[in-house]
Amino acid sequence: MKVRYFAWVRERIGKPEEEIAVPADVSTVAELIKWLSSRGEEYAYAFENPGVIRAAIDRVHVKPKTTLTGASEIAFFPPMTGG
Amino acid sequence: MKPSMTVRLQREPFDAAAEADKLTSRRTDVGAVVSFTGICRGSEEGEPIAALTLEHYPGMAEAEIERHVVEACERWPIFGVTVIHRYGRIAPGEPIVLVITTSSHRLAAFAAAEFLMDFLKTRAPFWKQVETKRAKNWVDAKASDDAAVERWRERDDAAE
Repeated sequence: MKVRYFAWVRERIGKPEEEIAVPADVSTVAELIKWLSSRGEEYAYAFENPGVIRAAIDRVHVKPKTTLTGASEIAFFPPMTGG
Repeated sequence: MKPSMTVRLQREPFDAAAEADKLTSRRTDVGAVVSFTGICRGSEEGEPIAALTLEHYPGMAEAEIERHVVEACERWPIFGVTVIHRYGRIAPGEPIVLVITTSSHRLAAFAAAEFLMDFLKTRAPFWKQVETKRAKNWVDAKASDDAAVERWRERDDAAE
């Protein structure tokens, strides 16, 4: 699965995107955040407050409990500040 | 007739008057045009700023704005909508975002423009970074912007 990061999430992790193999026991957005956080201190820092992190699957906003089934791209980012 | 809907993301500035003309010229059914332009301020909380940099999620930003433009046209009798949002580095005094709506009467045009701006602020994947002499800082999301969006959903709930 392709994972993309934006704004300070991207800066903390140190890259804009990557390909990851999602473990079989990771099935929701919240579980993926938890698994990513365990990959290193840069991930732990980016996801230190999971409650503020927003996610989109295949370019549509999703909730933490949304399942990853069928997703080809997931993005993580802070609350949006456009307009 | 189906409303005309234009959504554009671009680095370069835009001409709000020229965009409004496109929605109103050569027709006589438009009775109201509402045009909102968001502009980069020269200071933030009393501190002068050098520029704003807007990051966006290409592909999703267009799609998310289009979803809300379609919703606005379903809610109100709108003839045309134009939304332009810039990304990249923007200097104080320069425009950031444009929302134009046209209708036969003002109420629909005002409401649709306000609805679109409220959703742009909190649902379109853009992130502002403020550049000052001392530092570059990501702008925090405002609770007042979330509250502005919530108003529209509460009205929906009340109507159900």
